[in-house]
Parts: sequence; structure tokens; C-alpha cells
Amino acid sequence: MADHASPPESFLSSQASPTDPWGNLRDFTAARIALGRVGTCVPLAESLAFKLAHANARDAVYSALAKEKLRSDLEPFGLPVLELNSQARTRAEYLQRPDRGRKLAEASREILADYPPAGSGPSDVALILADGLSATAINDHAAPLLAWLVPRLRDRGLHLAPLCVVEGGRVAISDEIGSLLRARLAVILIGERPGLSSPNSLGVYLTYDPQPGRTDEARNCVSNVRPEGLPYRMAAEKVFYLVSEALRRGLSGVALKDETELLDSRKL
Amino acid sequence: MPYQHTVHHRTYPFADLKTLLAKATPFRSGDALAELAADTYEERVAAQMALADVPLRTFLNEAVIPYEDDDVTRLIIDSHDAVAFGPIRSFTVGQFRDWLLAEETDASVLYHLAPGITPEMAAAATKLMRNQDLIAVARKCEVVTRFRNTLGLKGRFSTRLQPNHPTDDPRGIAASIVDGLLYGNGDAVIGINPAQDNPAAVVNLLRMLDALRRQYDIPTQSCVLCHVTTTLEAIRRGAPVDLVFQSVGGTEKTNASFGVSLALLAEAHQAARELKRGTVGGHVMYFETGQGSSLSANAHGGVDQQTCEARAYAVARRFQPLLVNSVVGFIGPEYLYDGKQIIRAALEDHCCAKLLGLPMGVDVCYTNHAEADQDDMDNLLTLLGVAGCNYVMGVPGADDIMLNYQSTSFHDALYLRKVLGLRPAPEFEQWLQRMGIFDPRGNLQSVHPSHRLLQPGPGVE
Repeated sequence: MADHASPPESFLSSQASPTDPWGNLRDFTAARIALGRVGTCVPLAESLAFKLAHANARDAVYSALAKEKLRSDLEPFGLPVLELNSQARTRAEYLQRPDRGRKLAEASREILADYPPAGSGPSDVALILADGLSATAINDHAAPLLAWLVPRLRDRGLHLAPLCVVEGGRVAISDEIGSLLRARLAVILIGERPGLSSPNSLGVYLTYDPQPGRTDEARNCVSNVRPEGLPYRMAAEKVFYLVSEALRRGLSGVALKDETELLDSRKL
Repeated sequence: MPYQHTVHHRTYPFADLKTLLAKATPFRSGDALAELAADTYEERVAAQMALADVPLRTFLNEAVIPYEDDDVTRLIIDSHDAVAFGPIRSFTVGQFRDWLLAEETDASVLYHLAPGITPEMAAAATKLMRNQDLIAVARKCEVVTRFRNTLGLKGRFSTRLQPNHPTDDPRGIAASIVDGLLYGNGDAVIGINPAQDNPAAVVNLLRMLDALRRQYDIPTQSCVLCHVTTTLEAIRRGAPVDLVFQSVGGTEKTNASFGVSLALLAEAHQAARELKRGTVGGHVMYFETGQGSSLSANAHGGVDQQTCEARAYAVARRFQPLLVNSVVGFIGPEYLYDGKQIIRAALEDHCCAKLLGLPMGVDVCYTNHAEADQDDMDNLLTLLGVAGCNYVMGVPGADDIMLNYQSTSFHDALYLRKVLGLRPAPEFEQWLQRMGIFDPRGNLQSVHPSHRLLQPGPGVE
């Protein structure tokens, strides 16, 4: 009978991996340098590390919104939460038909037809959460980011539209949602295309006067939101600054860009 | 002019040449997205059968994008060489495909034919080819270019060393360059995609690259792949510009979306030539292209993405480039969905560009939302090596930490050279041997920590 108490030592940990004598250069870059080689090939430990990073990125692309968790995570904000779908019905369709990810499914349009409720005026900001290319990013980072952002918006006296959570959404779906909700500004939190070292990076896009047909030059973006990238609090401050400026000046996009770069240089 | 073909008593009509070309194209997601693809497998083959019977001369009379509306069409028609076209002027597309594969059609024949082929003729012929044909035809071509070394010779295979860094940190970039050089990479160019496209940052990177190259006397060229207007500004500021880079597309509107025109490219070409920095030749342009760029810019005019791509090669060849490569899998799965589509497109791009006389390389690559992985890249790399591709990318561990996609690694180039018996550009190969990086038989050697490249220098502290 095999002795389960002492399994054989792992090949990867037992093997001294071949290395290059310039490993110290790794201090200057996260690039995969000084990997060593076996023949002309990458040593196994490095080869498997790469595969694992790619597997994480692929899993992120095919991840789904954790709706129950999101419902409970979003509850403290005290806003109605609307669950919506784009016209992309499957992940394969989402990847091949970006046009369908930019449009709401008919049933979702009908949900929004009841908003804003009769008697209430238009809102200032519509906050939208969409899976994009990494639902994991929304599952992990949306609520912690909003925990910093929502109080800042409320302190400024801004009126918030219901929170929308969209499956199969692309950035431009925020135009249709923002327009149906009659919001002055649409802010969409969306999973970015996963990189090998960043499977759950969140992006935030702002569009003033959202209307279907808006293009990228009408938007501002805060990218790489995650604890290892742009941390929540700093990201929330950047978004808040852009929201305030967009509403004050009545525009978003390229015309706001210069001052956000100023903001960058101040390392806010 | 309408076209048609009948299969099993069913007649398939095709309204015009661009529709016929689109319907005849092997399936890819981008043509479906543009709603140009054949509706059925049978319609696609019917279109290929109809296309096979179209005379090549038709392509000189029926433009896929009107002559009056598009300067790329005007460039194609106005620069067509009727004398070079002579040997194939009576052919149909189908006859042209067969003739390209014939024994007698060799490198010399194809070299003299290139100015007589239009991009649409090349695209049409390749739509009738299997992958095997694309490889066999491309392999016959030899397109040699020169700046500080000689690229594209038979039996040679080069790499662009791509040492990108997310914040353009000079030490991080230098670390990747040293790694790549010690793996025998960088003979096509040492080329950085900058994170910031502004003149001051670009000039700094250009100076750093030039200092590194001069310190070790490396017979290669450097490039910062910024917008052409930024490079022109860098030249005005006296920066050491070897090559002018620009992404180009196959329609006037696509190029406008990139912020370039033929006149602007001509101005940059002239400015870089006047610097006379090349030591063995004066090819100073580096172009990138890729299927899907015209659709992405909503500038395809109803033309399928492979034909748009081939038209971009007309723009490139106008300026006698040192390097051209398709970034085939970079643009995303809405244009090329999976490994099969990426591989097919890369072989088409390489074959068409070679037929048109371009020094073609390929960025063998994919993004994480494409249905592809490193195995697909191994396949494509090997196929391109057999096809005689001029160069691929060399990225540390195949993982570009700035552009967030996967390409080919320094190791991949070693593998390909080994299994196919290919060697770097001759001047660069001699340098590798002088530096003790390659042994006299061309095998990579293990270097000592005291190697010159590992001593503190510009950027490496």
C-alpha cells in the first residue's frame, strides 16, 4: 500500500530549474526574462507557469457574474438594482458580435421603460456594471470601488439612477441604458480584456449625455482598477473628479483629457 | 458587372467583383460581422468556382472601391506595370493560381512579375488556395532588404526584438533587450511599442536604443513604433531615427482613421532617407497591417477583410519598406475567431505580400479572448518558417507586458532556426559569434556573468 503520508517530491520543486546568469535584471521588469533553457526550449517550470497564467485569463473570459453575491454586495448602497441583458446570448456570440453586446435585449428595454418612475426627475449619474471580458473583475472589484465612489457622489448631492447589472455588455451599452434612464452621465464599470498577469482588471468609462451612437472620443476611461494596479480609493477619486468635471463643464471625452493627465501627474 | 455560378441546378448570382471576392473567402468571423460572408458552404465554393473564371484583366477595369473615392485605388491602378503584367495578362484567376504553383514559376519569374500584380489579383488567387498552396507559392519568393544588415535572404530567418515595458522604463526595456540579444534575437530590428506617444518620451527612447546599439556595435536597426507624426517631430529634434514606423490600411478612410495619408508617408519616407543612417542599404520604412483594421474603422466599403489587407500592401510597397508585418491575431476574435482562422489569415497575408514584392514578416500572436493558445502559435510559426517568412517577433517569454497579448518568444526563434536549419541575417550572425553568443556552428552558447552585455551600460545600472 502506498504511503500517503509522504508523497513523492514534486518534479518541479525538486528540479533545480536551468537559469541564466542575468537573473538580477528581473529587478527592472516584470517581463519573462532570464528564463533559462533546455535545448532551445523554455524549462518546464516556466512553461507551466505561463500555461497557468493563460488558464486564469481564459477562465476570466468565460467567467459569469456572481449575481447572488452582487445583490448582497450592492444592497448597502440602498439603490434599486436592475438586472439586464444585452442581445448577445452566448459567450461565443458576445466575442464575435460586438455590435450585439452594445444593444439591450428587448426584455431589458422593457424593464427600463418603467424608469425613472413617474414624477421623479432625471438623474445625474447612472452607475452600470457589465461583465465585459472578465466577469471576475466585476465580482471582485465593483462593490469595493463603489464603496468609495457612491458616498463621494452623494456628498456632492448628486442624484443616482438605479444600479444596472448587465450580462454580455460592451462599453457602449451604457449609452442606451443612460439614455433610457434619462441620466446626464453614464458611468460603466466593466471587466477589461484579461492579460496574463491581470485576469481581473476593471475599467471605468464615463460618457456625458449618453445616447446610442456615441463613440470612444466622447468617453473618458480609468483603467487597471485592482489592488495590484490602481487601488480602489485612488480609482474612486479619479472617477469622482471626472464625474464632477464632466457635469460642471457639460462634456466628456477628448476635451476633458488634458486635465485628467494633469491629475495623473499629481499622483492623486 | 454581375457574376454567377451554377451548382446542382442552383444558380448563385454575385452582384459585383467585391461581393464575389467576399463570398469566395474562407470563413472568418470578421466577414460575418460585416455581413459579407457566404451564407452556406456551397455558396462559398460556388463563388470560388465563379472567381476562378474571372479574367485578371477584369481587376484593372472593375475597382472594388471606386477610383474617384479612394487614393489607395488610384495608387494601385496608376502604378500598375503593364509590361510586368505581360506573362499573366491573358489568365483567369484560376489559371493564375495554377501557374503560380508550376515548377517553371520560380523566384526570378515572381520577382519580375510583382509590379504587374495588383493586391486584388493576389487576394483573389489566394482565396482559391489551400494552406499548402499558400506556403508553396510564398516559399518561392525572395524579398531582400537592407539597412545595417541584409534581411530576407533564402535560408535566413530574423526577429524583431520587442522589449516593451508598461511605463517605458529605460532600465526595464534595456533588461529585455539584453535578454533578447543573448538569445540571438534582434536582427530585423530592435523595436519598442511606446506606452506614451509623445515626442519627448520617444526621443529619449530613441537615444537610449542608439547608445546601446553603438556601445556594442550591433549590426541592426532600432525603431520606436510611434505615430509617423511623432517620428517626424523626433527627426526635427535631431533624434537618431533609423526607421519610420506606421500602421497602414487598405483604404483611404482606414488610413485617415490612423491619422495618415499617402502624402504624409511620403514626407516621412523622404525625411528618414535624408538622414542616411543605413550602412548597407536605404530601406527606412517599417509598416504594420492586419486583417480587420478597415472594418474596425468602419472603412471597408463592402470589401472583405483579406482583400482590404492586400490593398494595404500597395500602400506599403510604394515606400520600399525594410520591414512589413501583419499583426494577425492581435485585432481580436471578432475578426479572426480562433487558431484555425488566425493561421489561415497569416499564411494568406504572408503569401499575398510576398507576391506583391514585400519583405513580409508576421506577428504570430493572439489575445486572451481568442480561441487560441501557444500550440496554435507553434503551428503557425513552423508553417511560416517553411513558407520563408522574413521575420517574427521576439518577446520575452512570448508575453508582452505592455500590449497584453501573446506573441513568439526568443526561445521560439531558436527552435525554428534549429528545426529548419535557418540562420540569422549574415552581419548579425557574425556579430553573435564575435560576442560569443553563438558558437562557430551557430549554436547558442551559455555566457559567463562577466559577458560584456551584462556589464553596466546605458540603461542597465
